[in-house]
Amino acid sequence: MAERLSIDEVRQVATLARLRLSDEQLQLYRGQLSTILDHIAKLSEVDVEGVEPMAHPSDLTNRLDEDVVGESLPVETVLAMAPAIEAGFLAVPKVLPDQEQA
Amino acid sequence: MTAPQSIAELSRAIRAKERTAVEVVRTTLDRIEAIDPDLGCFHETYPERSLESAAETDRRIGRGESPGPLAGVPIAIKDNIVTGFGRTTCGSRILEHYESPYTATAVERLLDAGAIVIGKTRCDEFAMGSSGENSAFGPTRNPCDPSRVPGGSSSGSAAAVAAGLVPGALGSETGGSIRQPAALCGVVGVKPSYGRVSRWGLVAFGSSLDQVGPFGSCVHDAALLLGVMAGPDRRDSTSSPRDVPDYPGAIEEPVDGLRLGVPRQYLQDDNDPAVNDAVRSAVEVYRDLGAEIVEIDLPLTEYGIATYYVISAAEASANLARYDGVRYGRRAEPAPGEDLYDMYARSRAEGFGDEVQRRIMLGTYVLSAGYHEAFYHRALQVRRLISNEYDQAFEKCHALLGPTSPCTAFPLGQKSDPLQMYLCDLYTINTNIAGICGISIPCGHAEVNGAKLPIGLQIQCKAFDEVTMFRIARLYERTT
Repeated sequence: MAERLSIDEVRQVATLARLRLSDEQLQLYRGQLSTILDHIAKLSEVDVEGVEPMAHPSDLTNRLDEDVVGESLPVETVLAMAPAIEAGFLAVPKVLPDQEQA
Repeated sequence: MTAPQSIAELSRAIRAKERTAVEVVRTTLDRIEAIDPDLGCFHETYPERSLESAAETDRRIGRGESPGPLAGVPIAIKDNIVTGFGRTTCGSRILEHYESPYTATAVERLLDAGAIVIGKTRCDEFAMGSSGENSAFGPTRNPCDPSRVPGGSSSGSAAAVAAGLVPGALGSETGGSIRQPAALCGVVGVKPSYGRVSRWGLVAFGSSLDQVGPFGSCVHDAALLLGVMAGPDRRDSTSSPRDVPDYPGAIEEPVDGLRLGVPRQYLQDDNDPAVNDAVRSAVEVYRDLGAEIVEIDLPLTEYGIATYYVISAAEASANLARYDGVRYGRRAEPAPGEDLYDMYARSRAEGFGDEVQRRIMLGTYVLSAGYHEAFYHRALQVRRLISNEYDQAFEKCHALLGPTSPCTAFPLGQKSDPLQMYLCDLYTINTNIAGICGISIPCGHAEVNGAKLPIGLQIQCKAFDEVTMFRIARLYERTT
């Protein structure tokens, strides 16, 4: 049976999802995701004409809180969790890529 | 296994000075140390902190102060609910060393009520799984038969209560992760209505589906824990301002003119025959007690899995974007010439396990240009229809009865295909999709190769009708 996803599509999704996967992983996920999407395709059987989408089950609207300054976590507590810090800031590798990312 | 002592009884004995909290906590820690290596319920325990809290509880009782309704009761917390002490890993390498700077509201309320947080329990990574096998730190085993899974994703919490290691525990649900392991382990597990318990401090998976809920060895204990945790929280804007009824005080009351619905789609031939038999017997128990049994039609039941795996994966792909190796969590070792994108992509590939990666990929795909309408938008429409179908059903009955899980506990390693694993959640998933409440209570066993494998009866009620749900559950428990 033809797989629903091509290997290039799986690679593209992995790129968008910020996951650097090996060729073996891409192959494995291609088959598994195709099977799952085949099942999900069942949704096309349901008549949804004119049905309002339901993003969440909550019946609450516009819950407002008092506009007062609350306590925040101390900066040093937050920075203590970071993998790399420099001069009191979060440190990351260079931001501008050498080539365009898709 | 020993017969677990109820939370209510244990806390009464401590407050009456028949036992000290310190002795209870010490016994609990000893039992965990002796038994847990074979089960893998706990990721870590907090001996020092627990004993200190217990000593303080005993001192307060000695001074005649009110120590709270959960005084000295050891409680286990699923490892995706943050505590301001110890680690919170979500069963993931990416958070292996993560220590939260704050405590979840649900846990804070248990602590305020006098409970002792004894440790964190193993779970499927980021609560994604139905067997407990997806933890990066090893599987949890079912105390009823250690060659079998306890269910998931709140695997350690369910198994710890079933093994009598703790009298109660917290889990979380996105699509059945409390009720399904409760069923497979033979304990009580509750999925509260969406908004009943604050999600502050519950590590986000599917934000429109997630809820924290309790495990207990009896209905009363589950009601007691939910009552302590429930209620509005200004740190979670989706937590409901509705009053919290006295759940444990209400459970013995009858439900006037009790009408129970049995959806024809719930007792399918594909279920384990022992499961169908046990659920049919439970329905007869209610009939004998005078309940009117009505047949209900929920034709969209079979679309729940597809709807859920679009919505939950979409929400997960967004929620798990925060694990980027920048502010906290694992960062891949830098290699020469790598830029920021490389760091993200390698940290996430190294830190997340297979199931989490699959769901992030699935969610990314269904939200991507060209597929958003066909998958995500359509799933939200089907979600509305599933919710409407429940509304109509609850006009005809107080609650829906059925099996919690189509099967009993299966051997470790048996379900290697992701879709087969997803199908375990067929009967629990729509509760989360619609935001209503559900409970699983033990209703018998299947005899398999000499092992007695528990079967769960699921009772679903409309949103914020937990009182009715507990009363119906208690009615069965009291009778059987």
